[in-house]
Order: sequence, then C-alpha cells, then structure tokens
Amino acid sequence: MSKQIQKLEEVTIRFAGDSGDGMQLTGSQFSNTSGAFGNDVNTFPDYPSEIRAPEGTLYGVSAYQVHFGSKPVSTPGNQIDILIAMNASSLKVNLAALKKNGIIIANTAGFGDKNLKLAKYESNPLTDDSLKSFQLFAIDINTMVSEILKETKLSPKNIDRTKNLFALGLMYWLFGLPLDTTEKWLKTKFKKKQDILDANLAVLKAGHAYGEIREDFAIRYEVSSAKLKKGTYRNITGNEAAAIGLVVAAKKANLPLFLGSYPITPATEILHFISGYKKYGVKHLQGEDEIAGICSAIGASFGGNLAATTTSGPGLSLKVEAMGLAVILELPLVIINVQRGGPSTGLPTKPEQSDLLMAMFGRHGEAPMPILAADSASDCFDMTFEAARIALKYMTPVIMLSDGYLAQGTNPWRVTKLEDLPDISVNFATDPETFQPYKRDPETLARMWAIPGIEGLEHRIGGLEKEDVTGLVSMEAKNHEKMVKLRAEKVERIANDIPEATIDGPEEGDILVLGWGSTRGAIEEAIEKVRSEGNVISYCHLKYLNPFPRNLEKILSSFKRIIVPELNNGQLSWMIQAKFLIKVHGLNKIQGTPMNAHEVENKLNELLNQ
Amino acid sequence: MHSLVDDIVVKQHVGTLEYTPKDFKAGIDVRWCAGCGGYSILAQTQRVVATLGIPREKLAFISGIGCSSRFPYYMNVYGVHSMHGRALPIASGLKTARPDLSIWVATGDGDCMSIGGNHLIHACRRNINLNVMMFNNEVYSLTKGQYSPTSQPGQITKSSPLGVLDNPFNPAALVLGSGASFVARTIDGDGKHMQYLMERAAKHNGFSFIEIYTNCPIFNDGAFDFFAQKSLRSDKTIVLEHGKPMIFGTNNDKGIKLDGFTPTVVSLSDGSNSADDLLVHNEKDTTLAFILANMTYHHELPRPMGIFQAIDIKTYEDATTAQIEHYTSLPDAYDYDKLLRGEDCWEIE
Ligand code: SF4
Repeated sequence: MSKQIQKLEEVTIRFAGDSGDGMQLTGSQFSNTSGAFGNDVNTFPDYPSEIRAPEGTLYGVSAYQVHFGSKPVSTPGNQIDILIAMNASSLKVNLAALKKNGIIIANTAGFGDKNLKLAKYESNPLTDDSLKSFQLFAIDINTMVSEILKETKLSPKNIDRTKNLFALGLMYWLFGLPLDTTEKWLKTKFKKKQDILDANLAVLKAGHAYGEIREDFAIRYEVSSAKLKKGTYRNITGNEAAAIGLVVAAKKANLPLFLGSYPITPATEILHFISGYKKYGVKHLQGEDEIAGICSAIGASFGGNLAATTTSGPGLSLKVEAMGLAVILELPLVIINVQRGGPSTGLPTKPEQSDLLMAMFGRHGEAPMPILAADSASDCFDMTFEAARIALKYMTPVIMLSDGYLAQGTNPWRVTKLEDLPDISVNFATDPETFQPYKRDPETLARMWAIPGIEGLEHRIGGLEKEDVTGLVSMEAKNHEKMVKLRAEKVERIANDIPEATIDGPEEGDILVLGWGSTRGAIEEAIEKVRSEGNVISYCHLKYLNPFPRNLEKILSSFKRIIVPELNNGQLSWMIQAKFLIKVHGLNKIQGTPMNAHEVENKLNELLNQ
Repeated sequence: MHSLVDDIVVKQHVGTLEYTPKDFKAGIDVRWCAGCGGYSILAQTQRVVATLGIPREKLAFISGIGCSSRFPYYMNVYGVHSMHGRALPIASGLKTARPDLSIWVATGDGDCMSIGGNHLIHACRRNINLNVMMFNNEVYSLTKGQYSPTSQPGQITKSSPLGVLDNPFNPAALVLGSGASFVARTIDGDGKHMQYLMERAAKHNGFSFIEIYTNCPIFNDGAFDFFAQKSLRSDKTIVLEHGKPMIFGTNNDKGIKLDGFTPTVVSLSDGSNSADDLLVHNEKDTTLAFILANMTYHHELPRPMGIFQAIDIKTYEDATTAQIEHYTSLPDAYDYDKLLRGEDCWEIE
C-alpha cells in the first residue's frame, strides 16, 4: 500500500529513554543524517547528572531533541512534534512538551508493571485512553529485535542494546531519510566486532522496513533541504568547536598550544578533545584541581605558549585569584567558562547565563578583563579564536563564555578552511637594548612578551604591584593608581578593535531586544514570529560584553524600550543600567533550560500591548 | 611543529658560560632580616648555578608567597613571584611547555605544604623535572609568626600562644610517599653540603625536593639548635652517603643498624659492632628511603641529612614529548583541515 507524503517546513523530534538506552547517540545520528540531507538542524541533549541513574526511574530519563527544517532553525524547538518514548518514565517526563495531536512512538516493553510503578503511573497510559489527544504508535521493540536477531549468537544484553537503532530506522523511514550516514558510522564504530555490526545494520533496516509494513503509519513526511550556503558542513557541539578554535588559533599565531584544565561538567569535553590532539603538537596537563589548571596555563604562557584553561562556574570560583595574577602579570590567557546553573554545585548539567557578573567583577582588586560570549554551538569556534587573538595582542587574560546548552547542543557549521582564517600576530620582545618589562605599545597599551630563553631579557615579574615601565616592585602611591588605570585603559581600548554592534531591523524606534550568548536562536525565532504579525522590532545581539562595542550607547539611546532576555536574574540588565543609566526590561528565565522562543514572543507581545 | 618560540629562543648561547656567582645577583637590595637563613640559600644557589654550564637565560625561578618566595627577585634570571601556594603548578606548566629550561622553585613550609600541599603531592607524582628548595623554618614568618604545618607540638607561636596542638608533617616522608624521585635535606648553616645537594638536584632528571632547615631569627630562632648547633651536630645528625655505612658521632664512634625494619643506634667503640655490621646507604633503595625519612622526629636517633632517594623514573614532560613525537610522525599529523572538517561532514552544492 502506498503511503501519503506530507511536506513540512520544520519538525522537532525528541528521543527519550533510560540513561542506558543510547538516546544521545540516536539523536546525534538523526541530526547528522538530516544535516547531510541538507536540512538546517539544531539539537539539545538533556541528560541526568547521575552517570547511571537507577534504571527506569523518572530522574534517569535521558533525552535528545532534534529540530530540523527546510528553513533556518536556530533553536532546538519549542514544542515536540514526535516523541520517541522507550519507557514509561520517558513518556511521563516529556509528554508536557508534546504538541496536541503530536506523535508518540512508545516501546511497549518499557511499560511493564515495574516501569509503570517507577514512573508513578496508576494505569498503563498506552492502554487507558489517556493519550487520545495524541497519535499513539505502540510497538514492542524488544520483541521485534529479539525476533530479528534470534539466529545470531549475541547475548540478550547485546540484543537489547540494538533497540534504539530500530527506533532510528523507523524515523528515517518516516522522513524519507537515507540510512547511509548511520551505516557508515556503524561500520567505523564496530570495525572490529563484525557480529555486533551485522546485528545493528539488520535492526536499523528492520526499523525502516517496519514503517512500510505497519498499516496505521498512513502518512510519511518530507522536510526538503534548506537553502544553505554552498560549502562543507558538519554538526558540531560548542565544546568541540571551542577545542578546535584553540588549536587553530595557536596554528594561526604560530605558537604551541597548552591547556591546563580540570574535569568539570559541562566543560569537560574540551579537555577530552584537546588531550587527544597530540598529532597537532598540543600539550596539556590535567591539574590536581582547578587552580592547578589555570596556574599551569599561566606558567605555559610565561614560557611563550598560547595557553588556555577551561571550566564551569564552581571551577571559575576557584580560579579567580589566579585570574587576578594573570591580569597583573599581563600575560595572554584564554579562559573558557561553560556556564551551568548555580550557585554552588547548582544544576551541573543544565545551562544558565549566571556567571556574567562574576566574569566582570569576580576578582579582588581592580582587575578588568575582556569578556566574549558565543551565541551558537559553532560560534564557540569563532569566539574562542577571537579570545585568543585579543589575549595575544593585548597581553591579557580573556574570558570566553559559553553555556551548557551551547557546549553540548549542535548546529550545522559551514566549515572554515585554515587558509581562510586570518593570522594572529604576536609581539615578542627580542632586543635587550630597548627591553623594559612593562613598556607599552602606545596604541594598544600592551606590554611585550619576553619569554625565557632570550639572552639579555632576564627579568622578574610577579603579583606585587610594579613600577610603570620597569616592572620593578613598587609600593608607591601614585604609581599604583597609574598602573590600575593603565590596565583598565588597555581593556577599554579593545573597543577600538572589535566590530561595532549591528542592529537587525530599524536603527531607531520603540522596542530593541538586546541579547547575548545562547539565547540568540530563541530571540530570532520569536522576533520573526512577532514581525510576521505586523509589528516592528529591532534586535541587537552582543558577543562582546567587556568592553561593549563602541556604538552600543548610541544604539541604546535610539529606542524607547529595551528588553534584555537572559538565563539569569538580570545580569546584563544590571550592567547596561549601571553603565548607561537607562532603564531596561528584563526577561529572566532561571529554570536550567535554554530560552524558548515562545517565552520571548510572549514578553514582546506583552510590551507591544502596553 | 616549528613555532615562533623556536625562532626567537636562541639555541646556541653566544656569550660565555663561565659565570661567577655575581652574574646571578639581580642588583637589588635583599630584604630579609639580618641573620635569616635565606641569605645562605641565596648565596649557595648563586654559586651552584654559576657552575652548571646552563646559559643564564635558560634558568627560571618560580615562587609563591612568603619570606622564601622573595627569592626570584634576587636572582638575575627569569622569574615569577606568584601567589600563595601556587609556585608548583605554575612551574609545572612552564616546564611542560618549555622542557629546555632549568626551573627552580623557592618555597616555604607554609607555602609548599599547607596552602600548596595538594600541588606538592601531585608535582611529586608527575615527576616533573623541577628543583624545589623548601625553606623550612617551622613557622609562618611573612605573616609574623603563626604555626605552620611543620611546627613542632607545643611550639609557642602567635596563633598557638599555649602551644601547638597538631602534629607536624615529615616533609621527606610526605614527598617520598607522593612519588618524588629525588629527596634530600640540608640546613642553612652547612653551605658546602647545600651546594652538593643543589648540584645533584640540578643534574637529576625528575622532581627534586630539597628540604632546607632555615633559621628564622625573628619568629622561631634556634629551632634546629637542639640537633644542629656546632657542638651537637656530629652526635645528633647523620649525613647519608650513597654506598657508605651509616656512621656518625664526634669520633665516628656510632652507627645505625637495622633491627628488623627499625633503625637503632649502636656503638662502634665497645667492641659489640663494627662498620661491617651497619646499614649501608643506597639512594636507589626506595624502601630504605622511607625507613630513613621516618627517623626524622625520633629523638633517640640522629637527624638524617643528605639524599634519601635518587631514582630515575620517567618525567611528565619527557612522556608528553614522546607522545607528541609519536603522533606527529603519523601521516595525518598537522592536518588542520581534517580537524576542521571532522569525521562526518557533508557538501551542500
Ligand atoms: S621573618 Fe624570618 S624568615 Fe622572614 S626574612 Fe625575617 S628572618 Fe627570614
């Protein structure tokens, strides 16, 4: 029987199951396939902070959301069109996000008495009619895969592990997507385990075939390819993008790269990637703690390496004293802080934008530091590269802010070629005749970088205040004030070297949305919606938080109302109000989840109706 | 990969390598109190580094905070005076990045074993080739006299006016237990011995730890007199010498013998024992090192001075270099475009 094909502009799927069900993998395979097909894709993984939470529990649910379309998609999606629920708990946790009349693919084997009890269901939702406002497809995937693989010698455990591929195959069928991306990936992954490879391929195909056979799957969907710019694309997480950004920045500066780091969620993958990059000559040291992470980087920077440290909130708290040292030493250092919910241990796996003020002020003494923020997963590459450029040019530590959503979510990235990236210049001191440790470039105010190994440049630097130009220890009153102002002025002058902020929409008017960091996708989507209803809204998204772009004050003064959406209790709002003495309207979400376009849309409508 | 650092760091030192100690004086006033043990350490260091054949520009001195940590300012080489407790991770990062440098760390008992204690044990474990001189004066001196992790039980200090209640670290045992490959001890007053240890440490490829008993005449004057003053020193200390029987005493009339695993003092003058019966020191014997280190606070036994252990094990920076050499010799080394493209890329036409 031939099935009807319905065209869709965009779809959001959430693969949900137990932590051990392989949902992260399933989701990322789907997004790679859909990306390779030519869709625009945005993803968001949502997993528990426990490594192997007890099986079947509500808090052990792991999910991966994929939003893909024939039009640009910049968020992981607001509401889900299709929910894959591998067990009762994953249905319970995720149902609220499913659209009315949305599709549920449920694995009935995950709805046994024990599962229902763990999910706190009184009766089985698959049979009690409670899901009648959705399109429910119940499939006993466990029995299916056992049947398919009954001839093999695989253990029941290994057979059970293939069931996510059944669901994946079925999704490929539903959207007319090819199997080859995943087949190729499986072949690489199980190169040495032929029996497991064969089983996985068989189950993937069976899932695909099942859609055709099962009669109540009457409709297939088609999401045509998006009109993306010509080029080579890949899906990339923010953490991988940041790691590559560091390697490539070092190459472009013609410097060795050193990473000093300590494992912390959700920043750890940067350390994982970098520690594997030995074939690019990269060195790393996994410190005994966060302090050792940053201090070893400071040591490597003194030695002439492009040095970086990576962390998340609690780790940043531990690094602040050393950040102050880097400020007074005036050595280049890239600090990547992947923000998560705080304070304290807070919400370790969930995104938040609550370290902005700490990045700005979280050090004793006057210790200003440039702050950049990435606004998409792939933008973590650009902003890390930019952080390295600024650090090296201005001889200063630079903070690059990412967050848990950017770090682990993905979007397709149009891959840059090495030759298309600019070189990064470095100002090493080599002449003993003219060398003074704290002599500054008159334009940038940066001192020169004098590294050990050069005859005649032997000198001492340290955390004690130093005399202007000579760098000798000085406790002299006026000199201290001068040095504080010089260090501040140096950071301020970076404003001359960064792009002006741009406005999307009219350059003056009633409402300006001012965003930063990972909320960009949600804000763009909301603005598009509100504009389509005939409203006029302008939008500016900041990538440079300290110093602000030099035209920001002028932009802000051209609008009657400024709305600042952010995942915190009003930190950019605070900075804007303090600096420019203007009132802004905050849209503050502090729930450990990314900003949602509906939330921004509602706020805009509220303001528009006032 | 060839980098800018290779371009500017001169491979061949052009000037003389015939230095005098004066070449290492930074030309600024040394600001320790009169009689501070730091002066001797500074003088011995300047003497030793002048003889090592290492170009001055390849030397770096890193310190934390404390009286001892002013040290880099007084040395005419590269130096960083950093933050309290953090000299070791800074030096570790520098050594990993720049294995060509000879890196020394000047630290104190508080800086190294209290606030920096975590870094100490891990630097030992990684066996990074650093030369650590720990000025042990058994007190916090820069903050004006509080008890430190090596202060002795009952010691009166500003923060223990009624006597110290905690037990002290035994530094040699601590660093041995943490995997340090070169562990030694000396005292400020014995310049020749200190020079010998510094030279050995400089030549040792691995983490070298020298505990230097350093008198602080202001806050803990004479702390080591009960075993180290001239009249008592021969009877109350024993100098460990590799391959030699453990003999001490004013007339070389006493020795150390092992009773099971317990070192005991025996007389060489009453006819009961001869030098042949004594324990023979072996720097490579890692079990013996612990036994000797544990003699430290034992009042019946002489205080051991000298090299407890000197063994060759792989350093972190050599292991890093070897790993990089291996992976950069593979065909896809330095393929940056491959790194950028990743494993699963696709073309949009
Ligand atoms: S206080 Fe003690 S340790 Fe510090 S400089 Fe004076 S004598 Fe030396």
